[in-house]
Amino acid sequence: MRLSSKDILGMKNLSVEEIELILETAESFMEISTREIKKVPTLRGKTVINLFFEPSTRTRTSFEIAAKRLSADAVNISSTTSSAVKGETLIDTARNLEAMNPDIIVIRHSCSGAPQMLAGLVKQSIINAGDGAHEHPTQALLDMLTIRQKKGRITGLKVAIIGDIAHSRVARSNIYGLTKMGASVIVAGPSIMMPRDIAGMGVVVHHHMKEAVKNADIIMMLRIQLERQEMNMFPSLREYANYYCLNRESLKWAKDDVLVMHPGPINRGVEIASDIADGPSSVILDQVTNGVAVRMALLYLLAGGES
Amino acid sequence: MRGILLRGGRILDPSQKMDETADLLIEKGKITAIGKDLHEARSRKRGDKTIEPIILEIQGKIVSPGLIDMHTHLREPGFEYKETIETGSRAAAAGGFTAVACMPNTNPINDNHSVTEYILRKARACGLVRVYPIAAISQGSKGKVLAEMGDLRDAGAVGFSDDGKPVMNSMLMRRALEYAASFSMPVISHCEDFTLSQGGLMNESFVSTELGLRGIPNAAEDIMVMRDIALAEYTGTAVHIAHVSTAGSVRFIRDAKDRGVKVTAETAPHYFTLTDEALRAYDTNVKVNPPLRSQHDVEALKAGLRDGTIDAIASDHAPHASTDKDVEFEYAASGMVGLETSLGLSLKLVEEGVLSLHDLILKMSTNPAAILKIHGGSLKTGSAADITVIDPAREWTVEVKAFRSKSRNSPFQGRRLKGRAVLTIVGGEIKHREDG
Repeated sequence: MRLSSKDILGMKNLSVEEIELILETAESFMEISTREIKKVPTLRGKTVINLFFEPSTRTRTSFEIAAKRLSADAVNISSTTSSAVKGETLIDTARNLEAMNPDIIVIRHSCSGAPQMLAGLVKQSIINAGDGAHEHPTQALLDMLTIRQKKGRITGLKVAIIGDIAHSRVARSNIYGLTKMGASVIVAGPSIMMPRDIAGMGVVVHHHMKEAVKNADIIMMLRIQLERQEMNMFPSLREYANYYCLNRESLKWAKDDVLVMHPGPINRGVEIASDIADGPSSVILDQVTNGVAVRMALLYLLAGGES
Repeated sequence: MRGILLRGGRILDPSQKMDETADLLIEKGKITAIGKDLHEARSRKRGDKTIEPIILEIQGKIVSPGLIDMHTHLREPGFEYKETIETGSRAAAAGGFTAVACMPNTNPINDNHSVTEYILRKARACGLVRVYPIAAISQGSKGKVLAEMGDLRDAGAVGFSDDGKPVMNSMLMRRALEYAASFSMPVISHCEDFTLSQGGLMNESFVSTELGLRGIPNAAEDIMVMRDIALAEYTGTAVHIAHVSTAGSVRFIRDAKDRGVKVTAETAPHYFTLTDEALRAYDTNVKVNPPLRSQHDVEALKAGLRDGTIDAIASDHAPHASTDKDVEFEYAASGMVGLETSLGLSLKLVEEGVLSLHDLILKMSTNPAAILKIHGGSLKTGSAADITVIDPAREWTVEVKAFRSKSRNSPFQGRRLKGRAVLTIVGGEIKHREDG
């Protein structure tokens, strides 16, 4: 089986079969990263460009390592070194990169829809590494891989996603992916942080931590961005933490074997207490490990590989 | 100059409640007669000595008072790479418009008599359609200090608007309404509560949630419509609401009209033709301000058009070059061209039974003339021969490459439309003729 599209733009467009294919392929790549020599020749001679218009350490590094472990050549372009600062348009940047014949372009952009625009423009495969508040499919896939590894399944699980849903591409991609795979998803946070008609995406909305995490199998905490305070998204970090920080107290309402996840970077003491982030329920670092495998799987599948 | 005889058309003139098949004679730039078998009658009377008018056989076509687009952006001066007065006028004539009112958000802003005079001079020089400048409400459209409204009127401006930007300061809006009224000039309000809409890229809805684009709530428009109605009611002045896009606006305007408030309103074809679902592919051509709304709003707009709450259909023709549009959705300029598709899209309302042809012409000609207090909108004998001949049966496909406008930013590329202007006559001269 192959992927139906040349691009990975979002979880919305992936079928259940495609998601399973990606997760299974990722599983099979996990082992490579544990070897002494962490490199296979699979994508030798392929070129992957990481085009990052937004600051990123984790995702960019993860893609770079994924490419290198498959022996692809990875080139990193970040906004500070790109032509964007010289006023070149995204379209021109894309056409210039295309002219250098890479195989896959990974893009992160602060504007929702930028990867879609690129995908329609160039013949190369585009992987969306996060666009605005729209989608972050590789994050959702690595989250799902983590859940599957730890729980053995996704179907039937109760997943609570908590925080600034309105601005979160991680939330959107996970909602698409998890509901497709049969999980029930709860989103929670202050009403201000709930985007319009979010229930239409097939989720249950709560405004209280207790209701949201009650009997949850998975709790995903989202990063709170301090600058949102200026937009009146919340009165103060102190008040936010009082009501929405995942701490020992609120974790009690969840199932005993609950998994605590966070896409990072975490704000300790704001959305998640330090002892929880570092505690036995936390799988935050497993997520990061799995991120490499998921990205290896996508590079492999888009480069024409089959399962 | 030879006269023109339009023979055998269906003469539809809301200004004199006329709907009959007859001939219409144009002489010396004016409409001189409407009646049956005019040519034969006149030939008999004058014998062979008079200069024969050009006879145009237009059986089956509609003779309408010249269409007036009361909300157009001609972009000149300042943004000639998007549109000029000449290209915009050509687009207008091709779309069946004999007159356009052009918004002041040029560079420099049309907030003083020299810019108004410049626009009028340019328009006269290209001699295509009548161009009526709308001047700014406030100096620089900054919303702080009133523009010199008297001077602008004397220079030839026909109304005031800070279009593109809301007048956020309610006191300034009150002053504008009162001061403009003292010069018998209309004020056209771009209703948008900027504190609610700031940073917004599309209608706030389930679609914006899915697309991750910041939303502009209906309330951003509704609140300002309510405010302007309150100000007009309190001061006893008139206000015209530009590009109505929400069900709430329609409701508030309807209620206000029932109370006798002097409020009028327009909407644009894209607001009753498309919904925010059209944004799914992040097509920057459907990025407009106010944004495309929901199906519920579309239905409300149609109801408002049907019952007369919405007085006018205006294109909000907003040309943008590819450099303004072929960028990330967030960075793209707002607006779409409309002069050459406005009539075709609006005729769909007739096909759907939302409007009669009579009411459509009322909203695209007679009412805009009345709101702007300009001449036109009538086929009465003795009035200037500004006439649009419409072939309601002509089917055509929107082809942006064929636009006379300098810009191509239309989401209607490839759309099949029925009905178009085949003859645009301004002051007795044919300015556009559609063959075939």
